[in-house]
Amino acid sequence: MNISVFKFEFRRHLRSVWNWALASAAILFVFFAFFNTLSEQAALMNEVLAQFPEELLRAFGMSQLNFASVLGYFSLVYLFIQLFLAIQAGNIGFGLVSIEESELTADFLLTKPVSRRVVLTSKLLAALAALLLTNLLVWPASWGAVMLFRAQQSFEMSKLLLLFLALPLFQLFFLGVGLLVSLMVKRVRSVTPYSLGLAFGAYVLNAFGSVVGDVSMELLTPFKHFDAGAIVQRGGLDAKLVLPNLAFSLLCIAVSYVLYLRRDIHAVS
Amino acid sequence: MGIIEVRNLTKFYGKSRGIVDVSFDVQEGEIFGFIGPNGAGKSTTIRLLLSLIHPTKGRATVFGKDVTTHGPEIRKDIGYLPSEVYYYEGMKVLDLLKYSASFYEGDSTDRMKELADVMELELNRRISDLSYGNKKKVGIVQGLLHSPKLLFLDEPTAGLDPLMQRKFFDLIRAENARGVTVFFSSHILGEVQRLCTRVGIIREGKMVEISDIKSLQQSNYKKVSLSAPTLDSSALLLPGVSNLVQENGSLNFFYKGDINAVLRALAGLQLSDVAIEAPTLEEIFMHYYE
Repeated sequence: MNISVFKFEFRRHLRSVWNWALASAAILFVFFAFFNTLSEQAALMNEVLAQFPEELLRAFGMSQLNFASVLGYFSLVYLFIQLFLAIQAGNIGFGLVSIEESELTADFLLTKPVSRRVVLTSKLLAALAALLLTNLLVWPASWGAVMLFRAQQSFEMSKLLLLFLALPLFQLFFLGVGLLVSLMVKRVRSVTPYSLGLAFGAYVLNAFGSVVGDVSMELLTPFKHFDAGAIVQRGGLDAKLVLPNLAFSLLCIAVSYVLYLRRDIHAVS
Repeated sequence: MGIIEVRNLTKFYGKSRGIVDVSFDVQEGEIFGFIGPNGAGKSTTIRLLLSLIHPTKGRATVFGKDVTTHGPEIRKDIGYLPSEVYYYEGMKVLDLLKYSASFYEGDSTDRMKELADVMELELNRRISDLSYGNKKKVGIVQGLLHSPKLLFLDEPTAGLDPLMQRKFFDLIRAENARGVTVFFSSHILGEVQRLCTRVGIIREGKMVEISDIKSLQQSNYKKVSLSAPTLDSSALLLPGVSNLVQENGSLNFFYKGDINAVLRALAGLQLSDVAIEAPTLEEIFMHYYE
């Protein structure tokens, strides 16, 4: 690893860290502010929800939710946080090396006496550090929102921690896939369409899979692998889903190394 | 042993040609000019030597090390000034230069200040606020601050005003006097003529001539101009004659070879005027491209 590249890259990600951590905290607090009211009228709420078609509820991941419980309610907000953090990780993944080419700074960096492997390793470690920092901000914000608005209800802290720890693993998928795709296309002009596409695509795949009850399709998306409702119910991660997911993320990164080492950095034209 | 040794280096981008079978050597301490029009393969060659792109065929060594396997090691002693300079827009000049310096061993702060002074570069400005010419100055300082042993300059003067160009050339000459080898790519002949000792001419991806700049200009080629009321050009169809143009009682051609042969041919003609002179580099250059 090259410490200069790491520091430079990490600093570059800081804005993304603040923005997404803040957005996550905001949505957490706004949602949880209603928890008290909603949980008191949980019976009424569940009645209202029962009016909706079952497919619709499944699409929004609300079919197994229990609004009356802290963790049930948290699972709903968790989905939004997952979406935010998926976009963040996707942004970083798609931009990790492609940004040097779209902003034409690749010539500068790659004519320095560092190997591409060192460049990519430094960039990846900086990205992981940034994602981890985001988590270190989102976790206490989540905990704070829960404690502040839980209305004296008790909940299992261990399950909440489990949900927290699932977040960085979940993000790794979007980082890895983003990086790999960015190295497979000729040029990434703007990362946002890619990362939004990947995050919402994975989300919709999960929602759609739930609606039609197609299990094979669900298996493709990390939103299923790290489904909050299921994690809370089991009290643990499902190794059958999570391990293949992790293996896939790591495979994406490994292939990215191969592609990056062989990549031609074209002249500005 | 040459500082740069290139053997049958070939690069295709898919099906489109980059360079084909290019071979040449650059010796330690020389300023090697690399001329050719846009798209001839100058940048491709430099990018191959910097391992920014990978060769399709052939090999190249710099400092005796293979560029595909020893890239990082080679680049320790290389300075590179690209034709188009782009840096991290949000950064200040000073921060960029420090970032650049951090990749090399040793402290180059003094050298950086000195170079910025010479090139009249303000270190506290933001890269995004700089004009094209000023960005180029950043490029020059960034390419030189670690005191490299080999410099790659890819059309370096574009965007610099004449005064700065002169300062830049003085800087390059001073570096060269310290023993730095310079690989200077350009399509402007005047500057190559001013600076370089040897020159390679590249055309459509192929090296067409490698020659000492003086011999290229003086001994090899003669420009012959004849005037006569009636002329039969068939007498001049000798080996070594090229670019023969006949119009309105005058005839011009280039000649390369034994000067006595052409003089004997001329002796048999009825002429009103004759001039035999060394062609300008411009003319030689055009000759290669026609």
